[in-house]
Amino acid sequence: MTTAALLEKRSLPRFGGFTVGMIGLELRRMMRNKRTVIFTLVMPAVLFLLFGTNASNRTERVGGGNVTGYILVSMAAYGAMLATTSGGAMVSIERAAGWSRQLRLTPLKPVAYIAVKLVIAMIIGLVSVVAAFAVGSVSGAELPAHAWILCGLLAWVCSLVFAAFGLFMGYLLPSENVMQILGPVLGVLSFAGGLFAPVDTFGHTFATIAKFTPVYGVGEIARYPLVHDGTLWAAVLNVVVWTTLFSLGAMWRFRRDTARV
Amino acid sequence: MTLTATPGTAQPGTADLAVDLDGVVKRFGAVTAVDGINLRIRPGEIVALLGPNGAGKTTTVDMLLGLAQPTEGTVRVYGRKPHDAVALGLVSAVMQTGGLLKDYTVEETVRLTAVLFGKPPSVVGEALERAGIADIGKRLVGKCSGGQQQRLRFAMALLPDPELLILDEPTTGMDVGGRHDFWQAIRRDAQGGRTVIFATHYLEEADAYADRVVFVRRGQIVADGTASEVKALASGRTVRATLPGAVASQLESIAGVDTAEVRGDTVYLHGRDTDPIARYLLTETPARDLEITSRNLEEAFLTLTADSPEASK
Repeated sequence: MTTAALLEKRSLPRFGGFTVGMIGLELRRMMRNKRTVIFTLVMPAVLFLLFGTNASNRTERVGGGNVTGYILVSMAAYGAMLATTSGGAMVSIERAAGWSRQLRLTPLKPVAYIAVKLVIAMIIGLVSVVAAFAVGSVSGAELPAHAWILCGLLAWVCSLVFAAFGLFMGYLLPSENVMQILGPVLGVLSFAGGLFAPVDTFGHTFATIAKFTPVYGVGEIARYPLVHDGTLWAAVLNVVVWTTLFSLGAMWRFRRDTARV
Repeated sequence: MTLTATPGTAQPGTADLAVDLDGVVKRFGAVTAVDGINLRIRPGEIVALLGPNGAGKTTTVDMLLGLAQPTEGTVRVYGRKPHDAVALGLVSAVMQTGGLLKDYTVEETVRLTAVLFGKPPSVVGEALERAGIADIGKRLVGKCSGGQQQRLRFAMALLPDPELLILDEPTTGMDVGGRHDFWQAIRRDAQGGRTVIFATHYLEEADAYADRVVFVRRGQIVADGTASEVKALASGRTVRATLPGAVASQLESIAGVDTAEVRGDTVYLHGRDTDPIARYLLTETPARDLEITSRNLEEAFLTLTADSPEASK
């Protein structure tokens, strides 16, 4: 058989190999990992139940809801961040296992691979927000109807910044247990960004520093439909700048990773 | 035959080659891993790349798959750049290690590969069957033995129905049973006329499964022939003896001696049948401390390169 005849029956997949089938299989694998499920779905809900649902929080009002609702939104944002970070950081494990190299023996384009990772990160981010809100709705969290939807949506969309962060770290850190490093890092960032306690409760200096950390913007934006307070433009700028920085970092490492030696 | 056509255009006589390596050199910094390899493989050949560890086999395989770029020279697979041939599924590979995710099941791994190549789900069961792992489809990859994982890699490699299958040290770390099963699966598959290139440092494997053996040593091809020619090279034994004042040319005239070496007072006589050589040494010369050893692969390589003096090891 001549080469021309061989090639007739062969073609490249569309969209560089980006398929719903791959997303489905990858999601199933991610959900099989108990640590991922616990960190992204169970832990934010448990933290909410521990710190958000005492009697004073239930009765104290914030905006159109109660403090329990305020804490729920923060915890949902935290869960979404954990979820999207671990979604992005999957690339670290895959590189360590030689899977990225294996994928180079398929028609899958590197850009399509990244797109799949981002989609998966955002899907589990959404699941995490929905799970936290479901727990909150039956545990005394009160929010105005529009805030349930808008706060959830904003917490989810803004967690994109951490999908980029996860990808960047996934390419930067060669560790197989990258989330063991990133989990505590996110904890510290969340605290610094006012997700666990309002920034106003910090001293003046720390409150100023907090506004420049990557979690601050996500929390402020996510809670805005409830509290209608704070400087929204500064929070948006925070999210945009950090998303850009993390994306640039991820692209820099990604280019280096896929360069053929 | 001289080829003057520019790379990229169809070259008469080479367009239908499965593999065409032309003056390929690969350097990593100061280290030259591949040092000028020319190799042409026709469709349907089963070729062993045989050589000791560090000979440049894996680097050559990486270049065939587009995982590495040659420093000099050109690599063509079915007339195309390696990466394009890989993307089209013309060539696939079973790599030595890695390349699997342990939290996928065997079946899911193959299904994902099918999705990536745009193949219908029906091909998954068939590939599992042909690789002999249909019974462990639901098992997590992390719970599979080395041999099972290797057959999974084989199933993945079969999915695009490649014209050329490349195996890089495919049986490293397998026990005897696993090795046997793996080669059974490959052999059944190759009957369909697929081109197969496998890198190995096991002479027996090259002998049993290849119809052409390419010796690689220090990044160069030092011999290229049929399996039986290789077997002849590596068969035979060496008689080592202490014999002061010996001259190589005189030793080579002894009946049964193919080659002779003199290193100080020690002589090394290589031959197919060493008994008459030993008898002659003991009865007709003052030789002592005789030792007879089988020639191993490394010595076969040394024999092959005996006429090109090596600077140093």
